[in-house]
Amino acid sequence: MGREVSESCVDSLLTEMVSSYCDRFYANKPDLAARRIEAIGFQVGLQLSERYTMERPRFSDHLEAIKFICKDFWSELFKKQIDNLKTNHRGTFVLQDNRFRWLARMSVDPSPENGDLSQDNPPAENKAAQATSMHLYFPCGIIRGALSNLGIPCAVTADISNLPACSFVVRIKA
Amino acid sequence: MAPVAPRSGDAIFASVERVNAELFTLTYGAIVRQLLTDLEEVEEVNKQLDQMGYNIGIRLIDEFLAKSNVARCVDFKETAEVIAKVGFKMFLGVTASVSNWDADGTCCSIVLEDNPLVDFVELPDTCQGLYYCNVLSGVIRGALEMVSMKTEVTWVRDMLRGDDAFELQVKLLKQVPEEYPYKDDE
Repeated sequence: MGREVSESCVDSLLTEMVSSYCDRFYANKPDLAARRIEAIGFQVGLQLSERYTMERPRFSDHLEAIKFICKDFWSELFKKQIDNLKTNHRGTFVLQDNRFRWLARMSVDPSPENGDLSQDNPPAENKAAQATSMHLYFPCGIIRGALSNLGIPCAVTADISNLPACSFVVRIKA
Repeated sequence: MAPVAPRSGDAIFASVERVNAELFTLTYGAIVRQLLTDLEEVEEVNKQLDQMGYNIGIRLIDEFLAKSNVARCVDFKETAEVIAKVGFKMFLGVTASVSNWDADGTCCSIVLEDNPLVDFVELPDTCQGLYYCNVLSGVIRGALEMVSMKTEVTWVRDMLRGDDAFELQVKLLKQVPEEYPYKDDE
């Protein structure tokens, strides 16, 4: 077992990072704030994935790489694996965590219309929902960064319409 | 109810939920990196890291008090020891030491030889003047303010600048006497 810190260190750092970007640096520009938070996640995913794949052979295909994210990578981060993986076999993968740790301590408006994080949607009206979606840009960025390090360019969005489950939708770019 | 015995930093750290420190370290690094890009000025990044730390500190103190059962510290000397031995340990898993007390016991150094924030970190020349760990000074300042102590926290030594340890000078500026508007039985 490597070095550990208390979970509240990570929790408070993430909460503060999101609120700094949303309430202070880009208070009236949620799109910019979202992009920065995603970029921070991307950087983290990139570096973590590099570390965790150092002693592995290359993945033979996209599915193998996605499985690595679901199992080993997720376990390093959350001490559990992704619970359910679905794919349409045309480059879209849905990774569902039945109880996503980083949402466990947030109060969330469960109305489904606020659950989709796709970037074409207008910003959610509900403040709590918006705060939640801001928090989700970070793990989306982590997944995109991790896959990008494995040579797989993709877009990642989150869907929380089935709380407390959270689904990450990975669309691999052709 | 009998008073509950204070718990050691080790005991608390062993009992809390813990996560992989790499995630924490790399996340902090990515935040600093993004702030440098967005805010451009190193001075401004120092300021914002301190502010983020302050905001974290004013929330973290509740968890600290709830989990540690520490009794009211008799003086600032004890406060500093508790931060070093219990506070650092229960959150970061490392212990700090306290030294360099001034004559009237209001200013000391907290020295950290092992700091998980800087694993894998090397500062490029363009970051001269950056106090990379400034979030820590903010956390201490914020947490102490919530228990009625106004402090000034500054870096004296920084391993990323070539020193042999991390040393924070904590200076007690003002102790706001606590008022008790409520009686115990209310």
